[in-house]
Amino acid sequence: MIVGVVRESRPGETRVAATPVTVRQLIALGYDVVVESDAGAKASFGDEAYVAAGARIVDVDLAWRSDVVLKVTEPSLVEVDRLAPGGTLIGLLNPALNPALVERLAQRPVTALALDAAPRISRAQSLDALTSLASIAGYRAVVEAAHAFGRFFPGQVTAAGKVSPAKVLVAGAGVAGLAAIGAAVRLGAVVHATDPRPEVADQVRSLGGDFLAVTSADVEVSATGYAKQMSEDYNARAARLYAEQLRDTDIVVTTALIPGKPAPLLITADMVASMRPGSVIVDLAAGQGGNVAGSVAGSAVITDNGVTIIGYTDLPARMPAQASQLYGTNLVNLMRLLTPGKDGRLVLDFDDVVQRSIAVVREGELTWPPPPVAVSAAAPPSPSASQPRPAPAAPRAVAPRLLVGVVAAVALFLLAAFSPPQIIGNITVFVLAVVIGYYVIGHVHHALHTPLMSVTNAISGIIVVGALLQIGHHDATITVLAFVAILLASINIFGGFAVTRRMLRMFSKG
Amino acid sequence: MTAATAAAAAYIVAALLFILSLAGLSKHETSRGGVWFGIVGMALALVATVAVAAQSITAGGLALMAIATVIGATIGLWRARRVAMTAMPELIAMLHSFVGLAAVLVGWDGYFRVEAKGTGQTEVAVSILRIHHAEVFLGVFIGAVTFTGSLVAYGKLSGHVQSRPLTLPGKNVLNLGALAAGVVLTVLFVIHPSLGLLIAVTAVALALGWHLVASIGGGDMPVVVSMLNSYSGWAAAASGFLLNNNLLIVTGALVGSSGAYLSYIMCKAMNRSFIAVIAGGFGVPSSAAAGDEAGEHVEVSADDVARMLESASSVIITPGYGMAVAQAQYPVAELTRLLRALGIEVRFGIHPVAGRLPGHMNVLLAEAKVPYDIVLEMDEINDDFARTSVVLVIGANDTVNPAAIEEPNSPIAGMPVLRVWEAEHVVIFKRSMSTGYAGVANPLFFRDNARMLFGDAKVRVEDILRVLETNLGPNAREAEPTLSR
Repeated sequence: MIVGVVRESRPGETRVAATPVTVRQLIALGYDVVVESDAGAKASFGDEAYVAAGARIVDVDLAWRSDVVLKVTEPSLVEVDRLAPGGTLIGLLNPALNPALVERLAQRPVTALALDAAPRISRAQSLDALTSLASIAGYRAVVEAAHAFGRFFPGQVTAAGKVSPAKVLVAGAGVAGLAAIGAAVRLGAVVHATDPRPEVADQVRSLGGDFLAVTSADVEVSATGYAKQMSEDYNARAARLYAEQLRDTDIVVTTALIPGKPAPLLITADMVASMRPGSVIVDLAAGQGGNVAGSVAGSAVITDNGVTIIGYTDLPARMPAQASQLYGTNLVNLMRLLTPGKDGRLVLDFDDVVQRSIAVVREGELTWPPPPVAVSAAAPPSPSASQPRPAPAAPRAVAPRLLVGVVAAVALFLLAAFSPPQIIGNITVFVLAVVIGYYVIGHVHHALHTPLMSVTNAISGIIVVGALLQIGHHDATITVLAFVAILLASINIFGGFAVTRRMLRMFSKG
Repeated sequence: MTAATAAAAAYIVAALLFILSLAGLSKHETSRGGVWFGIVGMALALVATVAVAAQSITAGGLALMAIATVIGATIGLWRARRVAMTAMPELIAMLHSFVGLAAVLVGWDGYFRVEAKGTGQTEVAVSILRIHHAEVFLGVFIGAVTFTGSLVAYGKLSGHVQSRPLTLPGKNVLNLGALAAGVVLTVLFVIHPSLGLLIAVTAVALALGWHLVASIGGGDMPVVVSMLNSYSGWAAAASGFLLNNNLLIVTGALVGSSGAYLSYIMCKAMNRSFIAVIAGGFGVPSSAAAGDEAGEHVEVSADDVARMLESASSVIITPGYGMAVAQAQYPVAELTRLLRALGIEVRFGIHPVAGRLPGHMNVLLAEAKVPYDIVLEMDEINDDFARTSVVLVIGANDTVNPAAIEEPNSPIAGMPVLRVWEAEHVVIFKRSMSTGYAGVANPLFFRDNARMLFGDAKVRVEDILRVLETNLGPNAREAEPTLSR
């Protein structure tokens, strides 16, 4: 099959869906690759580099008529018509916000796969383009902010006086937020971050940021791995937190996005007005309605009180080579999934939850929206969400266990009750020793299980006591048997302790 | 204070020291002290016992005692010094058999001292004579099962006996029948003691021990060894009842608990019930799963793996019994040191049933001087695979099989496994494409991020080491003084 890499048509888009490196990987999967001329020019990948990688350079029509068309952003409606019947289009189609595009695609006998609809499960991580794009956007957001911010990031003490470090607030500690935190910390700023999900606090701290918790009963546990809309109460508390923080914050990066919905408004006009002149806000959600009052998608504006609000929507496109490489790799990983035979034949398997989720249109049949895939962000599940996980062993019914316990207790009672006093004493010691043994051994470190066995082996040589008490009582048979028993038990005692010590000597700390 | 009360007091102190000994083993820092507690406790118990015994026996008896102890000590110390760490499971199984045999002998001695003398005996009060009969049988029965069971386990572990499970028709009936025969013989003996019954019960128990372990496959040996550990404890405890000796009872119960607990851990790690292991049958390849799991695997060379490792930021090594068989722990440790000197994070992930003995892999790695704080347990490391660049699977198979999680019909379904496939790259060191002990095909080999490196694990790891050292030049080894061995 032929894979076509087309040139992006949207103004300002610099990325390309395949780089020479990923072209090689696609060819390795058995595909023939064609690239529209100048497709990678803006990302610094010349046609000759693609040719060197094994691709053919073709014109726009030929590229669009390939069996599989790889694209970055969603196509225009005109471009949809260029697809050959039976062709497959793969890209960031944003189907949830593009009903017109979905409708047009469904009218054509084509297959359309939206990479941005991949579920957030471990197995799909390698093709999660949103993640790779978001981390670029987060980094770039800080770079843009630093550019617009007329001051140092790090604090310094110089002969000419003290410079205090810039204070950065990152709203939303998702992938983009975390990348922004990391970049800002590395530039030397003091970084705070907020997020409705308390479990990300550790991730924020691990990057050197400070986590500001919004105290609310409305703790979020998201089933899809993305943020969800929060309650009134939470929003009110969050707003108070922002209002307090913003008064002395220099840089704000907002990253709050809820998939398929307009972005929530976090920073109101009043809050912006309370900020110091020269402060910078980067609204990564500007393209989806914006987190900040007054942000304009695609451009930077300066408010009356001198605050710069940056609403660029093309942050990944501002780092085209790397953005293309990461996105291209995501596409290669998807193609790998879709090419089980590695024979250059694309196979769509609707039983696979990943493939099902990204399919918008299958051969002209509308398959959007897909059934939801539950993923817990806190604990990544096993990579297979397609089959139900094997049901955990049915919890043993309580009744039989209780019965066993009662029978055992009664048996022990009867055994003791009908025993002479001496035996009762023995049984008491025995039962208590079993319980102590269970608790003592339960705490043994797993790495010491073998030494534990050899030491218990040595200790069980205590049976020698029995033999010692029996030897030498004038009865030849008894003495011979006891002699052998002492010999064997001695091997255990001395051998067991010696080998344990030998093993323990080997354990050393790094 | 009489000799008897002094001995009893010494026994109590010894029992406490044994408990402290096991408690000391719970941490690396206190483990060596723990062994000393055990040694002191044992010395105390032996001195007290000999002191009591010396009052009633001849000098000849004392001399025999000393001779037996010296011979036993010599053999024991010699074996302990000489044994290869890879042969630890065999040694442990062998030691179990000694305890079992000693328990049988103590039981027989009990018979000759009391029952054989009929009404003429003076050692045991008439009121508890029947209990004594039962105790003789209990000790002999458990001891004999432990003895032959351990011998078979030793044979299987050391390769003298085929590790394939023996499948006699109606094996469960045979086991239960032997158990029932033991009970019947005990009742008969309690009613009317005789040497014939004692011989009969010994024979039945010996046969039961042999058959029980013979019908369990080699892959389940970790469970079997810890189960036998448990039995050897119960045998000692039974002897304690027989001799009315609390120290024996306490010690036996401690050892019995430890073995039972380890068996429980092993069974949980394989998601199987103890009964299922004892009933055996796991080693038989399942025809349902073995055939249909075909795919294409990708082979790599040692050069490729070396390159992969050089550019990795973190590496996890998951060893299995294959590492022990190939004696690859030394080159693996060398590789670990080299990578760590390069600033690459290297850790080990140990599945609870890796190897043929609980904790066996830890001992082998410790022997090769791998620091124990980078050797982690499955639960400690399982969530980290997703953030790992390269996983090296060395001689492990079933413990890294994704089928356990993903295929509800797989024979190992539900068994907790190391999720190595979540890492960026997985390199599997393997002799061939054969299945593991469980006889289950491993879909891991056909994953996109999995690469096969065929050949002897030791040779292959040494190949990688050579490539790395050539690439890095001679300075790499001097980067850290501990590199020289």
